[in-house]
Amino acid sequence: MQFFLEVLIGGLLSGIMYSLVALGFVLIYKASGVFNFAQGAMVYLAALSVVGCMEKGAPLWLAIILAFVIMTLFGIATEKFVLRKLVNQPPIALFMATIGLAFFIEGLAPMIFGNDPRALDLGIVDEPIEAILDSAGMVISKFDLVAAGVAALLVTSLALFFQYTRIGRALRAVADDHQAALSIGIPLQHIWAIVWGVAGFVALVAGMMWGARNGVQFALTFTALKALPVLILGGFTSVPGAIVGGLIIGASEKLAEIYIPPVMQSLFGGNFGGIEGWFPYVLALLFLLVRPEGLFGERHIDRV
Amino acid sequence: MLYREAGQFKTSYAADQQLFPIRQDRIGVLVLLAVAFLAVPGVASEYWFSAILIPFLIFALAALGLNILTGYAGQLSLGSAAFMAVGAYAAYNFQLRVEGIPILASFVMAGLTAASVGVLFGLPSLRIKGFYLAVATLAAQFFIVWCLTKFPWLSNNSSSGVISTQKLMIFGHEFESPREKYLLVLAIVVFMALAARNLVRTSTGRAWMAVRDMDVAASVIGIRLMPTKLLAFAVSSFYCGVAGALYAFCYLGSVEPDGFSLEMSFKILFMIIIGGVGSILGSFLGAAFILLLPIFLDVALPWTAELFHLPFSTATVSHIQTLVFGALIMFFLIVEPHGLARLWQIAKEKLRLWPFPH
Repeated sequence: MQFFLEVLIGGLLSGIMYSLVALGFVLIYKASGVFNFAQGAMVYLAALSVVGCMEKGAPLWLAIILAFVIMTLFGIATEKFVLRKLVNQPPIALFMATIGLAFFIEGLAPMIFGNDPRALDLGIVDEPIEAILDSAGMVISKFDLVAAGVAALLVTSLALFFQYTRIGRALRAVADDHQAALSIGIPLQHIWAIVWGVAGFVALVAGMMWGARNGVQFALTFTALKALPVLILGGFTSVPGAIVGGLIIGASEKLAEIYIPPVMQSLFGGNFGGIEGWFPYVLALLFLLVRPEGLFGERHIDRV
Repeated sequence: MLYREAGQFKTSYAADQQLFPIRQDRIGVLVLLAVAFLAVPGVASEYWFSAILIPFLIFALAALGLNILTGYAGQLSLGSAAFMAVGAYAAYNFQLRVEGIPILASFVMAGLTAASVGVLFGLPSLRIKGFYLAVATLAAQFFIVWCLTKFPWLSNNSSSGVISTQKLMIFGHEFESPREKYLLVLAIVVFMALAARNLVRTSTGRAWMAVRDMDVAASVIGIRLMPTKLLAFAVSSFYCGVAGALYAFCYLGSVEPDGFSLEMSFKILFMIIIGGVGSILGSFLGAAFILLLPIFLDVALPWTAELFHLPFSTATVSHIQTLVFGALIMFFLIVEPHGLARLWQIAKEKLRLWPFPH
């Protein structure tokens, strides 16, 4: 039971890390209807620019600000040179364009900042919390708790930003209905630039957490692949969905990794580790068969 | 002057409905086939066969398969490499476990196996659409590759799932040299491409296009969505499966599941975007473009770097390749969403008036 709890909590906490990446997808999808496949590459770019700036001698806080500037500029450039030209194209074309964008970043970022894996030290150690280890005998990483705290902070501040600021209101209006937002005088293109800036910021936070945990390396781009099942489970349009989806995926994936392979081994023999790679997808897929728009996604109505 | 259909009167339905209704097209295709079958084997070197021509044909076939699903039936798939893997492993196992099965029969069986797996993963398309479906096809990509790695039976107990393909014996003749393999692949690809061209203009093909353009409207006019979508998944996976079998048997000779990676799926997707979504010709153009571009960059980049006295490393080449791929995808989607095939179409329209445009 204790072991089960430990795996469960570890899974939930790692699910939070997935949610961090998934949030970036949701923001852009909500505001502009673009499914941004390049979010993982943006996480990579953000982490690389933090590390790159630090290598040039900047202290951590300055590196973070510089990375934020880079991400914002990058987001605005993307909006201006790619997405604006693709207005009125089918959504699938936009999606494929973001796959191109992902490749573009994956080529560009290491050319600027170098491609060798590096550590990113945020001053948080990845070690078990002793109090819990002593009293309950469970291994729970300090780092994971900090990550969960950061995610909670991020979601709260995003919610406040969306709810109470002028720009936030404009963002929600655009997300609701492009045409209506335009007709009451909300500048659509500024708003999209802002959304990409915000998504860049979320990518920066995710990149720093992931980079501090696993090192800044090319594998960061695969965080997007971890976030996709979270998205389809939670629904593309819902911020709470991204969080809840992340928790479900994280927990079930770790539990499955522990409990399914022994069963399969006794059935077929051989080694069946590594089901983490596909299990979230199959889970999300089965879930979709019951609720095609995800947990919290908007139900769409087809009109002929 | 040269390319003009004026004066070509159709006097029977058969003549009106033939695959290439314009005489110049027929001649062009015949000339192209003659060059591919007769002239190329005479002049091309061993390197050309095994490094460029064979992979080109195989990837064109895979792109054709994806194009049927994405371009004609409108269901975006990110798992085509996995269906190629199914084809490769199925062909291997049919050769291994069925006594005396002819190699071509095992290719067909490989295609059918891939088709049935494709239908299985196509089932969600009945409920979910668009991005949700695209992400769902990733499940196929990861799950299939994992299965091939983890179930030792599928790779005859070899370590980490590597298989070495059997000999290519057809009617007692062994296809061994790259030239012979090229001819075999070419024959299969030409046959399947003509079949695809025929298929997309039948009622099935038109039903696919109706579903692509708007599936609710399609079902209102009486197209049954379930068989139509599943058939698209089946046919597409069949093509990918045969391409995978050829990839293993005629190109590499020895494959591992991890070779059929997500990156390969993306590569095939890029082929149809650049070549032209919803075009048979586009699959070939796109495959040629995507395969030749890295070779071109490999040659051109060091040369340019030398010209400008820039520092230079092999890592940079691969970064620049990725960057150029990405940039080209965006460029094509913005400037010419219908791809290279559309450029060819425009050229043909210009040719009809040439040299007297008024």
